[in-house]
Amino acid sequence: MSAPAELEIAPTIGAPVARKEDKKLLQGQAQWVDNMEHPGMVFLGVVRSPYAHARIKNVNVDPALAHAGVVAAWSGADIADEWHASLPCAWIPTEDTNAPEHKPIAVDKARYVGDAVAVIAATSRGTAEDAVELVEVDYEELPCVVDAVAALSEDAPLVHDEFGTNRCYTWTLEAGEVDRLFAEAAVTVKERYRQNRLIPNAIEPRAVFVIPVPANGEFTLWSTTQVPHIARVTLSGVTGVPETKLRVIAPDVGGGFGSKLNVYAEEALALAIARRLGRAVKWTETRSEGYVSTIHGRDQIQEIELAATAEGKITAVRTRLTVGMGAYLQLVTPGIPLLGAWLYGGCYDVAGYSFECTGVFTNTVPTDAYRGAGRPEATYAIERAVDALAREIGKDPVEVRRLNFIREFPAPIASGLTIDSGDYDASLDLALEKVGYDDLRGEQRSRRAAGDSKRLGIGLSTYVEMCGLAPSAILGAIRYSAGGWEAATIRCLPAGTAQVLSGATPHGQGHETAWSQIVADRLGYEFDEVEVLHGDTAVIPLGMDTYGSRSLAVGGVALYHAADRIIEKARKIAAHILEVDETAVDYSRGVFHGPGASVTLKEVAFAAWTAHNLPEGLEPGLEATFVYDPPNFSWPSGAHVAIVEIDTETGAVELLRYIAVDDVGTVINPTIVEGQIHGGIAQGVAQALYEDAIYDDDGNLLTSNMLTYLVPSATEFPRWELYRTETPSPTNPLGVKGVGETGAIAAPAAVMNAVVDALSDDGITEITMPATPERIWRALEEVRP
Amino acid sequence: MRSVSFTVNGVAHELELEPRELLVYVLRERLGLTGTVVGCDTSSCGACTVLLDGESVKACTILGVQADGAAITTIEGLAENGSLHPLQELFHEHHALQCGYCTSGMVLAAVSLLAENPSPTSDEIRHALEGNICRCTGYQNIVDAIEAAAR
Ligand code: FES
Ligand code: FES
Repeated sequence: MSAPAELEIAPTIGAPVARKEDKKLLQGQAQWVDNMEHPGMVFLGVVRSPYAHARIKNVNVDPALAHAGVVAAWSGADIADEWHASLPCAWIPTEDTNAPEHKPIAVDKARYVGDAVAVIAATSRGTAEDAVELVEVDYEELPCVVDAVAALSEDAPLVHDEFGTNRCYTWTLEAGEVDRLFAEAAVTVKERYRQNRLIPNAIEPRAVFVIPVPANGEFTLWSTTQVPHIARVTLSGVTGVPETKLRVIAPDVGGGFGSKLNVYAEEALALAIARRLGRAVKWTETRSEGYVSTIHGRDQIQEIELAATAEGKITAVRTRLTVGMGAYLQLVTPGIPLLGAWLYGGCYDVAGYSFECTGVFTNTVPTDAYRGAGRPEATYAIERAVDALAREIGKDPVEVRRLNFIREFPAPIASGLTIDSGDYDASLDLALEKVGYDDLRGEQRSRRAAGDSKRLGIGLSTYVEMCGLAPSAILGAIRYSAGGWEAATIRCLPAGTAQVLSGATPHGQGHETAWSQIVADRLGYEFDEVEVLHGDTAVIPLGMDTYGSRSLAVGGVALYHAADRIIEKARKIAAHILEVDETAVDYSRGVFHGPGASVTLKEVAFAAWTAHNLPEGLEPGLEATFVYDPPNFSWPSGAHVAIVEIDTETGAVELLRYIAVDDVGTVINPTIVEGQIHGGIAQGVAQALYEDAIYDDDGNLLTSNMLTYLVPSATEFPRWELYRTETPSPTNPLGVKGVGETGAIAAPAAVMNAVVDALSDDGITEITMPATPERIWRALEEVRP
Repeated sequence: MRSVSFTVNGVAHELELEPRELLVYVLRERLGLTGTVVGCDTSSCGACTVLLDGESVKACTILGVQADGAAITTIEGLAENGSLHPLQELFHEHHALQCGYCTSGMVLAAVSLLAENPSPTSDEIRHALEGNICRCTGYQNIVDAIEAAAR
């Protein structure tokens, strides 16, 4: 055989390749769920409770049924026999967790504004909307509770009577002699922070579309989901449709940020109603409906204490969280704060660690994963507390951080996990250099000296987080009920292209591009010769889907190993073709070199397909699957710096600059990495300065639509200044760590440390997020002489 | 029902519309032009932006019947003779889209901006995009793509 000595292909791992996903998205050719149509399809409309807590005394759907175009209408009781199980909660953190029944439509009581109480099927979207208004529900309003701390008081109304308490669970983690370290500490600080409730606002609203084949009892369900594989197994459980009869497809999905890492009532409803009616069913939320039916994020009260030496060496961290679960447990509701449970020591070397988290039911929309999920909260608490410690002992926050950084890796940390790699000094030094730290401190001093009404604030956030979720055995140990592996298949097709089946399911991240880069790099295909399939349980049977920055760190590594398997098999065939011993064949990027001649991997793929002349006993075809279970989490880290200016006359905050130095391990595509960091920082800054889902005491969501809940536009943000350091993860052969959430994790602390830094000379040490002009102005009023 | 005629991407349409039908649903559901999408119900997000006689409008804020006589351009009509509009190319080069759900609206808002102001500053670009929400990109690459087109 003849072959070029080396294939000429551009370097692909690490190259800023423009995305292959873009072309169709830019021309309006994406396949969104709401685009789907089918003859005879019906549209669902969901009747939702206007009360935060009410007994459902009677539901009269007759007026809706009398409306032209309405096909069917059911109350929760009418449809109850469709359910074989509650909507799933996959993470019950303790044996004694109170886990309520959760039907897709409430039967006896509505427990939050937005809780579904009846459903309409109609021949058009408009008719379904009209008919929703016609359903008569007789409610007996009950007292409600919306605040997690208040919900724990003795006389609080009970969200679920059967538990006799609103406490859902308490989970603890204790390591080292925490009490002794606190007793012996020269300095202690104690802080209390609030994590505002956030509405994820993926720009594509949720939608679901189901086509049944009634004679076979088969269903294909398209959903705006991050987790088609998890949706299939759990929806099968909820409805009793066997997994073999249910195909779930996530077509193009317009953002998720955790809000589509869930299995929702409307997905179960659409499936059950398609079964009842034998017709195709579609449901699409309106944005305002989504605000009261799609999960919210955060909602924590955090109490954190640090014990330290007089110099500022931290010896122990003690944290107590009170977390609003909302009215029910969605897919991972109780586990979200626990994803931060190991991180309240930050990137600091601490000996004593104590963490306690109590989940609490309230009459609100359930909370669940929102970008960062548990880790922004942890980073916020420790980073704010370190600044508080620096103020307490009169040192610069940079100095206190340097005094405490972990410097030896792999680093076992007090909370019990092991950080893979990092260089926290390198990131901080680079950030300080790029921001011009000393000059800024100088300017801050001169502004203060001059009594400038515009205060300058400099805020640091040196974070470490864990992603690449997750080693399955650890997940099992913390009672998460699925594995943390990911699967990838590579098929080398006969005519010189390769197909990748990815269990990870993108919704904007650019997997098709990054996966193509990895395969091109390892197997010598051109970037465009690689086709990546995802998000369809019939095509990709094995998958754990996309959340927690896991896709590259787990799914990408699975792909790397699948490529190894391809090479391993192809080498045998190549040796056979070249008539030499396997050990005499060298492989480099798509070419097998024998002593005299070479053969390309593509030629081997063709030979494997014809199977005319394969080594004795070798199966035809060149395809390999690898299911990768990571041995450890991966640990991105970095240093972010926010510079704010606060007008003390109006309370307005302006974010002047934002510098991010991130170490996300090896980078496959720097352009995609930067995009992820941009978006994450934007969401983190939004948490700090703008966004807040506010309930009144009666459980009405006051920020009930995009007019009243501020999702920032381009004018609210400065240019992001991004830099990178790189310590490859030693736990996987690609050296990757994950990047999807770093910005959202680091940014709230950086911004709020800057806000407090700006006001600390005025005697202000805490502003609650979001730092609105009103909050700042009021805080200033209180301290004004 | 009212009869309405307009062109979309150069193609003439005559339709019988219910007075309450929003233009965005006329485009999506009657004409199958699903590149124009819906992101909100309060005219806040701009995902539904199209060009009406060359000016950007939110297709969820106007009724189909109000478009009578107009020339409408949607994202499907922006590429010409098989080649992408320069802004589409620049969005691709600058990684100005992630999930792509806001993208149709962003690109058309940018087309309209550049028609009015061929060389906006980055601040002017940010202000012009105030009615278009992107949850993925943090806006910077979108601003860069438009700035590159302006040069
Ligand atoms: S859908 Fe038109 S502005 Fe949001
Ligand atoms: S790219 Fe996803 S909303 Fe803009």
